[in-house]
Amino acid sequence: MQSLEALAREATDLAAGRNLPALNADEAEVGRILQICNACRYCEGFCAVFPAMTRRLAFDKADVHYLANLCHNCGACLHACQYAPPHEFAVNVPQAMATVRARTYSDFAWPAGFGKLYRNNGITVALAVAGGLALFLVLALMVQGTLFHTPLAGNFYAIFPHNLLVSMFAPVFLFAALALGIGVARFWREAAPGAASGAAIAETTHDVLRLTYLDGGHGQGCNNADDAFTLARRRYHHLTFYGFMLCFAATSVATLYHYVFGWEAPYAFTSLPVVLGTLGGIGLLIGPAGLFWLNLKRHPEHGDAAQKPMDRGFIALLFFTSLTGLALLAGRDTPAMGLLLAVHLGVVMGLFLTMPYGKFAHGFYRSAALLKWAIEKRRPNPVGVGNDG
Amino acid sequence: MKEKHPGTVDVLVIGGGNAALCAALMAREAGASVLLLEAAPREWRGGNSSHTRNLRCMHDAPQDVLTERYPEEEFWQDLLKVTGGMTNEKLARLAIRESSSCRDWMRKHGVNFQPSLSGTLHLSRTNAFFMGGGKALVNAYYRSAEALGVRIRYEAPVDRIELENGVFRAAWVGDERIAARACVMAAGGFESNREWLREAWGQNENGEWPADNFAIRGTRFNRGVLLKAMIDAGADMIGDPSQSHCVAIDARAPLYDGGICTRIDCVSLGIVVNKHAERFYDEGEDFWPKRYAIWGRLVAQQPGQIGFSIIDAKANGRFMPPVFPGAKADTLEELARQLGIDEAAFVRTVREYNAACHVGTFDHTVQDDCHTEGLSPAKTHWALPIDTPPFRGYALKPGITFTYLGLKVNEQAAVHFSDVPSPNLFVAGEMMAGNVLGKGYTAGVGMTIGTTFGRIAGAHAAAAARQGESHAIA
Repeated sequence: MQSLEALAREATDLAAGRNLPALNADEAEVGRILQICNACRYCEGFCAVFPAMTRRLAFDKADVHYLANLCHNCGACLHACQYAPPHEFAVNVPQAMATVRARTYSDFAWPAGFGKLYRNNGITVALAVAGGLALFLVLALMVQGTLFHTPLAGNFYAIFPHNLLVSMFAPVFLFAALALGIGVARFWREAAPGAASGAAIAETTHDVLRLTYLDGGHGQGCNNADDAFTLARRRYHHLTFYGFMLCFAATSVATLYHYVFGWEAPYAFTSLPVVLGTLGGIGLLIGPAGLFWLNLKRHPEHGDAAQKPMDRGFIALLFFTSLTGLALLAGRDTPAMGLLLAVHLGVVMGLFLTMPYGKFAHGFYRSAALLKWAIEKRRPNPVGVGNDG
Repeated sequence: MKEKHPGTVDVLVIGGGNAALCAALMAREAGASVLLLEAAPREWRGGNSSHTRNLRCMHDAPQDVLTERYPEEEFWQDLLKVTGGMTNEKLARLAIRESSSCRDWMRKHGVNFQPSLSGTLHLSRTNAFFMGGGKALVNAYYRSAEALGVRIRYEAPVDRIELENGVFRAAWVGDERIAARACVMAAGGFESNREWLREAWGQNENGEWPADNFAIRGTRFNRGVLLKAMIDAGADMIGDPSQSHCVAIDARAPLYDGGICTRIDCVSLGIVVNKHAERFYDEGEDFWPKRYAIWGRLVAQQPGQIGFSIIDAKANGRFMPPVFPGAKADTLEELARQLGIDEAAFVRTVREYNAACHVGTFDHTVQDDCHTEGLSPAKTHWALPIDTPPFRGYALKPGITFTYLGLKVNEQAAVHFSDVPSPNLFVAGEMMAGNVLGKGYTAGVGMTIGTTFGRIAGAHAAAAARQGESHAIA
């Protein structure tokens, strides 16, 4: 049966002389491709995109945005596709989805004008890092007149007072969180799927933390350079993600130490913040390095080539955040600590500044799409197709 | 004459689809050196196998993706029914039994299975679906073959076979002679040879050549060159060249490789008229999965080889979404105009049909009691008046999936000459499927035959090559 909701919506819109928002060219391409996919359905086992597709007979703007963010760009459906180029149907789901996905980040961005930063994102990241570096190097010079100093036994605050750092990073971080939150909320509201049950939230958490949809549906992984499956992308993502979370945990623990217990940095190499930060830093070196290597080897028809600067810019930011952090740890008892600290803080500032306007956003939009799916799949299927040969 | 590959290869496999790959893998596993010649370039490799999606499997108890049981006898009875007896029981039972045990081997070579797709619940018991479909299977087999050291050449169409008293000597690709100790031919049927199809279907009473209006649902590379060569060489043949698996597909489908998505699945929910706006067959005779394969031939017998599947708003969404949007109109007259058929005649046909409908309790999941009375041809089930706009219409044309003409084989998949099996020439896939499936079709059986006889042919070719070698040494 045709989706009753869709029929009702069509009827209401017609009666009100209202039209659904027109699809732009990239969204129309997703719609065209999904019409073919919906008549084929061979890829249903790979991921959530195709089961979500079969709950629809037509694809409006909100459907396209949702499915584009549900797509993990794993590449499995491209290599398996009997209609992929050079077939005249030219079906390339991951590429069409990636193109729309980047547009959603930019269209939902807050403040609206900042959405442009997603385009030419390589330049955005470069400028943010250059600005961050310049800021802290100049600050360091202003504070002590030179970038080198007598060893300070790792006492960062002798160079940049704690309160100065908090007053610089806290607003930037909070702004980043707010901007990303508003963007994702806009994406959510475009087609809200209803209330999330505990089971839906649990499933989404599982799928996000395990990156379920990079396992190919059969556990052998996704595609990267060719039609062979690899778990490398999933594992490097995990190293990156959990590395980042460990670094985040290190900062959180240190904040607790500072404010709750009054224990001030520097902390011993064996202390919890340093151990967490070191482990996280190692993950955040290997993960992004691996992702960069995979990105270089990626099949040319996967995803949207125009977004490679954004992908690589983000990968580089994470890598250098970790590298400069570990270098600072290694050199904290030397006269170069001030320089190392300024460089690290500069890179971290670049990361924070670009968080809501770069590749970092993909994790949040995709998690939201996964939650939409977990809610939607628990509802009765509005399309009752049950007749096939 | 070029000698591109010095030294004689043990097993030459001609073809690059499922059966060919199964043969190549089995021969290589048996220790033979193997060269596989695929006519298509790499991006079009795999032939019709790239369009398949499942394998019909015998099983005596639930098995991973397969529900309940599908015993040998039931599979055999199904085959007997669809072929109307045009099958070789010994070979059919061999394929059926093989289908119960081949999947572990398939998995070993990288094929993944999944439960039946949405809209195919009726196949969840009998058919194991390939995750990602046939192209994913083909990719997996090529990867495995390459890893095992099978040499693969693309764009290498074989023009002829060199035989000596029924013994294979060499294959010719252009002016290149490729010698081998044994050979497996698995190069598909002749469905993409337009001239041959034209000749096989002939001219109808209106002076039309029906095959000129057919689309080929699969590869453009199945030109039947080897089939013709083997006929000329005097090999024993089986099947009728005018028989083919022929379904009604969207008339806008591409000439080749339209695959599964061009099917129009709303026939049983409405009516079908020809270009004169006349109905010509009972659209509700049986469940669509059991009837879709007769509609290609039915449409082929109509003038212009075209039909129009007509539904109203009540049917929308009750069938697999079509790949192209249909003609859509709020009046029957407008729909007829859009479809290019006579308005008055079309409206009359629909009115007569509507008036004849005896509506009981509509239920598309059973053979319900909605039927026509006093109408010829009758619609015996699911007959609801076409009265609720918007009306939709889809133009239909015949789409050929594969042909049945093939080479006669024994249980070793050996090619026969005057009832004598060749010692080193074997055949698998569409080129011999007619031994088991003389006509008709049931989902996934082509892959069952291709997998079974591909494996058998590969194993026997490897054995034949070994034997040939020891004879040569002796």
